[in-house]
Amino acid sequence: MNTATAIRKQTIAKAMSEALASEMERDANVIVLGEDIGKLGGVFGNTGGLLEKFGANRVFDTPISETGFIGAAVGMAGAGMRPVVELMFVDFFGVCMDAIYNLAAKQAYFSGGQVSCPMVLMTSVGGGYGDAGQHSQCLYATFGHLPGMKVVIPSNAHDAKGLMLAAIRDENPVVFMFHKALQGMGWLGTVAGSITDVPEGDYEVPIGKAGVVREGTDITLVGLGVTVHHCLAAADALSREDGVEAEVIDIRTIAPLDRETILASVRKTGRVVVVDDDYLSCGLAGEVITSIAEAGIPLASPPQRISHPDIPIPFSPALEHAVLPNAEMTLAAARQSIGERA
Amino acid sequence: MTISNQSHRLWMYENMVKSRAFEDAIKPAYFEGKTPRFNMANGPIPGEMHLSDGQEPCAVGVCAHLHEGDTVTATHRPHHAAIAKGVDLDRMAAEIFGREAGLSGGRGGHMHLFDASVNFACSGIIAQGMGPALGAAMAAKLRGSDNVAVAYIGEGAANQGAFHEVMNLASVWRAPLIVVIEDNGYGVSVSKASCTAVARNADRAAAYAMPGIHVAGNDPDAIYEAAGEAIARARRGEGPSLIEIETSRLEGHFMGDQEGYRPEGEKDRLKAIDPIPRYRERLLADGFDTAELDACEKRAQQAVDAAFVFARGSALPDQASAFTSVFTERSAA
Ligand SMILES: Cc1ncc(C[n+]2csc(CCOP(=O)(O)OP(=O)(O)O)c2C)c(N)n1
Ligand SMILES: [Mg+2]
Repeated sequence: MNTATAIRKQTIAKAMSEALASEMERDANVIVLGEDIGKLGGVFGNTGGLLEKFGANRVFDTPISETGFIGAAVGMAGAGMRPVVELMFVDFFGVCMDAIYNLAAKQAYFSGGQVSCPMVLMTSVGGGYGDAGQHSQCLYATFGHLPGMKVVIPSNAHDAKGLMLAAIRDENPVVFMFHKALQGMGWLGTVAGSITDVPEGDYEVPIGKAGVVREGTDITLVGLGVTVHHCLAAADALSREDGVEAEVIDIRTIAPLDRETILASVRKTGRVVVVDDDYLSCGLAGEVITSIAEAGIPLASPPQRISHPDIPIPFSPALEHAVLPNAEMTLAAARQSIGERA
Repeated sequence: MTISNQSHRLWMYENMVKSRAFEDAIKPAYFEGKTPRFNMANGPIPGEMHLSDGQEPCAVGVCAHLHEGDTVTATHRPHHAAIAKGVDLDRMAAEIFGREAGLSGGRGGHMHLFDASVNFACSGIIAQGMGPALGAAMAAKLRGSDNVAVAYIGEGAANQGAFHEVMNLASVWRAPLIVVIEDNGYGVSVSKASCTAVARNADRAAAYAMPGIHVAGNDPDAIYEAAGEAIARARRGEGPSLIEIETSRLEGHFMGDQEGYRPEGEKDRLKAIDPIPRYRERLLADGFDTAELDACEKRAQQAVDAAFVFARGSALPDQASAFTSVFTERSAA
């Protein structure tokens, strides 16, 4: 067997831990800290095996003291280290937001470039499995709104590894979101398309670049994280059943947003549906559509967005599944867009 | 024979048994649809499930002193405290099943049980129940009632900033607040010993000039005594107290937890000192009748059985209800 070309199917969790391990080997300044990331290997499996491999001086479990340890990571980064911090759910960031948006995100600016802040903040996002309104949020727009930090979210394992390597090497704070529906943990369902071939070697997926994950000419479907898979499923159905070829864009980096890739696609197709699973108002989908409007791109039908409505995420599956964006909603919106004229 | 002036002990026993029976009924229901492949999204109760097995003494020893008008805020592990505070068992079960007849119509689920009729609430963000408990305590004080508020937290939460802010504020305001730390030794996989600067969180009370009481042994009677003093003190207007209770978590952090982080044999050791059979033995030794205790157990089991029948019989909520209660309408003046 030729190992160089062997397919290595991996989950996002495995790809993230592999990227962490390889970067820790390469750069002694990289350390990992957070809750349950040591012995447990991370609630979502991102840090599996790191404690055993690198020891307690580079991988340490913290108390539930987020303001303290995230603030400390800002200080470590300023002092030349490259801390990777995990806080398991994005919903928990309320308790320590200052350390993130007022300290990490402004260190470079306030110091006029004297002090950088090369740190990575890993956190899970997303619902759909009945964990209710404090454990299911996405908050893409909340973080994307705040200048001074980069925000990424992979839709598959290949990108997870490449984005993680790029995030650790970035000189700036990077919020690395990972979607629970894609993570590949045994105890949560995993969208099959997120498990992909992950090359063994060193590669980066550049931050700030969206990806065209399916080419098409008739309509542009824009998603990120799990909604990329909703878009792909809708695109398949459109191709099979309607003879419509959709182009699918994976946003990949929420901030800075790669508007060019999106605009180029919409210029070509003239129709667009944006799907994100964050709250609707003042959200990422609205930002994408605004960018299209500002560019003056003529559209064949009104742009559409599908997001979580402006309500807390409900617990009962009967409610949650009714409001959470999915492939069927994406398909219906695309069909409406195709059938309509602007 | 019921020993006079000791009816609270039977009440505590019955509510501990009821709480355990509730968790024992949750277990098979939670695993429905989740075998052979465990996927948290499936079954009639999806999402995380944090059981309170082993921690029942903390709930009953404190809540035995509380009235309806007193407030309790609990954590992500709330069932025992909810039951001891008198939350409607039927509607609590229905909420956990995500049904229309649930406490909040299925909007909240197991980590977000609210029953305003008994002033009970809980939340899944660590230590964040403390502020609202302090607020309820101050509302009572400012309006001249002798009601108190109890904030339950885990020992892990004592390392969170909100704990320290609220401790200081409660002391400065002389609020009728009782902070109860359920020390089960772990925050998920991280042991208390590995991440806490002090051996005893009760010692931290000194930093906020309030009494800090440490209760060993997961013992309902000892907790009852300590809580009685702290609550009476708060009702007299003499301010807040901290009570740290050594307890044990007899299950995983949540259901499905493999618990690989526990030392070998720890769980068996803890199960061998399960507080419920121990308390039954003590009550018998103190002269309570077997028949009396059996009757407690029977009543508790019947209440739980009825609650689960009620929950499963309740309809799933109508989709439109997802959009209501986001805001509260102004009530007529
Ligand atoms: C602010 C915040 N950080 C982290 C978490 C994740 N989390 C949920 S439960 C838990 C452990 C809590 O430990 P403890 O307070 O001792 O309560 P126990 O689970 O032992 O009852 C953690 C870290 C959270 N819910 N909120
Ligand atoms: Mg604990």
